[in-house]
Amino acid sequence: MIRLETHTLPRHLRRLEAETIEIMREAVAAFKSPVMLYSIGKDSSVMLHLAMKAFYPAKLPFPLMHIDTTWKFREMITFRDETAKRMGVDLIVHVNKDGIARGINPIDSGSALHTQVMKTDALKQALDLYGFDAAFGGARRDEEKSRAKERIFSFRSVGHVWDPRNQRPELWNLFNTRIRQGETMRVFAMSNWTELEIWEYIMFEKIPVVPLYFARWRPVVHRDGTLIMVDDERLPLLQSETPQMRRIRFRTLGCYPLSGAIESEATTIEDIVAEMQVATVSERQGRLIDTDETASMEKKKREGYF
Amino acid sequence: MDMEASPCVGEADSKDQLRFITCGSVDDGKSTLIGRLLHDSKMIYQDQLRALARDSAKHGTTGGDIDFALLVDGLEAERQQGITIDVAHRFFTTSHRSFVVADTPGHEQYTRNMATGASNAQLAIILIDARKGVLAQTKRHSFICSLLGIRHVMLAVNKIDLVDYRKDIFDGIVNDYVSFASELGFASITPLPISARYGDNITKRSRNTDWYQGQSLLDHLETIHIESETTDLPFRFPVQWVNRPSLDFRGYAGTIASGSISVGDEIIVAVSGLSSRVKRIVTYDGDLAVAGAGEAVTITLEDEIDVSRGDVLASPTHRPEIAHQFAAHLIWMDQEPMVPGRSYAFRIGTQSITSGSISCIKYKVDVNTRKQVAATTLGLNEIGFCNLATVLPATFDPYRINRRTGSLIVIDLSTNRTVGAGMIEFSRRRTTNIVQQPQSIGKRERSALMHQKPCVIWFTGLSGSGKSTIANIVDQKLFAMSHHSMLLDGDNLRQGLNRDLEFTEEDRVENIRRAGEAARLMLEAGLIVICSFISPYKADRNMVRSLVGNREFVEVFVDTPIEECIRRDPKGLYSKAKSGQIKNFTGIDAPYEAPSTPELHLKASGERPEHLADRVLNCLAERGFITLR
Repeated sequence: MIRLETHTLPRHLRRLEAETIEIMREAVAAFKSPVMLYSIGKDSSVMLHLAMKAFYPAKLPFPLMHIDTTWKFREMITFRDETAKRMGVDLIVHVNKDGIARGINPIDSGSALHTQVMKTDALKQALDLYGFDAAFGGARRDEEKSRAKERIFSFRSVGHVWDPRNQRPELWNLFNTRIRQGETMRVFAMSNWTELEIWEYIMFEKIPVVPLYFARWRPVVHRDGTLIMVDDERLPLLQSETPQMRRIRFRTLGCYPLSGAIESEATTIEDIVAEMQVATVSERQGRLIDTDETASMEKKKREGYF
Repeated sequence: MDMEASPCVGEADSKDQLRFITCGSVDDGKSTLIGRLLHDSKMIYQDQLRALARDSAKHGTTGGDIDFALLVDGLEAERQQGITIDVAHRFFTTSHRSFVVADTPGHEQYTRNMATGASNAQLAIILIDARKGVLAQTKRHSFICSLLGIRHVMLAVNKIDLVDYRKDIFDGIVNDYVSFASELGFASITPLPISARYGDNITKRSRNTDWYQGQSLLDHLETIHIESETTDLPFRFPVQWVNRPSLDFRGYAGTIASGSISVGDEIIVAVSGLSSRVKRIVTYDGDLAVAGAGEAVTITLEDEIDVSRGDVLASPTHRPEIAHQFAAHLIWMDQEPMVPGRSYAFRIGTQSITSGSISCIKYKVDVNTRKQVAATTLGLNEIGFCNLATVLPATFDPYRINRRTGSLIVIDLSTNRTVGAGMIEFSRRRTTNIVQQPQSIGKRERSALMHQKPCVIWFTGLSGSGKSTIANIVDQKLFAMSHHSMLLDGDNLRQGLNRDLEFTEEDRVENIRRAGEAARLMLEAGLIVICSFISPYKADRNMVRSLVGNREFVEVFVDTPIEECIRRDPKGLYSKAKSGQIKNFTGIDAPYEAPSTPELHLKASGERPEHLADRVLNCLAERGFITLR
């Protein structure tokens, strides 16, 4: 089949697509045992789609790995398992069993401890357990200030430590992929994408995403100015709280008790893109774990968070 | 998709991307400018503005006003210091273009970050404080932009409000800059008066400067025509990854660095010179008939020829340069100064060259005056014009012609840090003109006559570890077995061939290089060559290994604890070193980097030399170099 020369993708998206593919191929050529961190969200959907393109006609030369805190939305887990099946990719699901045994959860332990144990520690555990030397992540530089200074190939010393003062300079497309035994690399192949471009790309490429991104009537409670969806019976309700049906969607997905919803009418990707273009708050506002303190992302990253 | 139903689609269709950097001296207002651009192009959300107002009250330098610089000064540490210390990437978009901004620091010791930001930029905004005019750092940054191949400059004379919007001051600065920059080869220089803090001439023309007739900064960014850098150049395809999912498919995955390619076109593999034709251009979205610069594709060829990662597929009529020696501008980026002669790894395109070196520094460039200064080494943030050498040939184009195939990075082999960045100028014809003289009798014939297999046995270890004693016994035993061998000893060579060398790091590198070359000649003569050198640096031993060839190189690590060596001190050198009579003595005030995977690791303490020599012979026998009876 010979494709027509007229590309449907706009030029800026074609450029981003080619850049990400180049980075992914580079990592696969340079590392012995890469893995793709799959968080089920929109960025992961795009990352997986781009990986399929990068290695076509070969299958994905690495597995996907989901760090499951056991508090993800049910629809996310369903979507994750369906996606792995549909795409025919290997999926590893890792849970920090030690954290479960200690009874860590986002409600009683607080978001900071829950994130530390069930995400950061779990990720480090899993990387060590499987001996992965490179991990793809879908983080973007436009998400947050400390991410803006992150490298594409982000070096981690033994113990997965990130030192923002001692990063390797990154020039042109010449990446330094050399590491020693025990050291690892995080590979942020989508560093230069923005949230709007992610949605534009999903629209043009018709990439499936978790239905939670689309507005629908869902049961929520109002807490500290945030709409929290009651996804299962584990969310303890105060006496004054009665879940109400509201038409909501999510801009960003994580553990359900920590993800704030927005009221929205957007039921299609075109609606979401249109809504994005007039949005007045950032996507991270819905993330309760980032607001603990201003520099909290940098702090979490130093400790090994993605 | 229904184009009518979604108006943003048609709009986005013509959209392009522009990558630019902002540079200038400390306090020229770079971060404020970027914050202002993000704010005025509505890229800052309400929650971010609220956080900004909070931070402005805490860290801000603008009194009660919002300090836009705090939006972009990301890391906690630099917020406290009030300076940007690294490259930060910012994104904003208008209906015409999407922009990626590299915010690079103006602080003197962070030249390397500026070069990093400039390496992927098509345009530079150079900020000047209207009160201060053109400074040494303005010149430095302009020079680096020019060196890194940026063709378009916007000269933003900032804080024009603080000089009462005066035209004469603006004109004076522009004249100064243009006369200085005329030698830098920019295709365009666009001056404009701005106030990043108050927004004059940022997104629209300001009434405060009615004498200024040009576009606003954002209008200019949206409309400037940036010629495609690589489309019109000859075809270059650095092979990144060989895609081989089954026996029926062998494709070469990579991104087209320059030019374009069609199905049926003839290509050559740069180093081997082998040629073939393009059979298919494969993508996930279907095969292409034609593909151009910047596209990530997978190419299959008509013929089964040897192609692997690092090879460059190229146009047969316009071939790239292939050379062992070439000249390049290098920017040094590490605290550890460059050591000419030492082995470094180079990355050129997808080529990983692990046995390269900087053979000499022709001169260093004073970045403020652009004067050439003699130099024996380069320190952090220094720029030099250097000759580089590689054991295996490298494929490239001059950087000023092709930024994608003419750039390189330098990596320290022991720390794995990126220590330098280079722009290749030309291959050194002088070496290209020395054609290897073919010899009709080779190593194989010469060694066959002696009934032996030649190799190089390389003993490394501290002074007093016993390596020369063991080497000597090995030599005697080989002689007794009627083998033709030769012993090269560090101390002995320093009395002749290496008489002119000292014990500095540079001279130690040269000492080992000469020993390695001598060993290689003797290997060619068919001999078993026994070398005994402290050779403290891993990089240098690896250089000899690649010179000799991995198969015929046997590294023997004589591992004796330093305490034991000091106790023995056969030549009285340790006591001299300790009393300061000898400087740079390995193990005392100079490092020893132990081999991690030697062919043979001799734990020498408490063992008889005779016994250790037998273990060396056993190792040679296991590797098939000799036969033991």
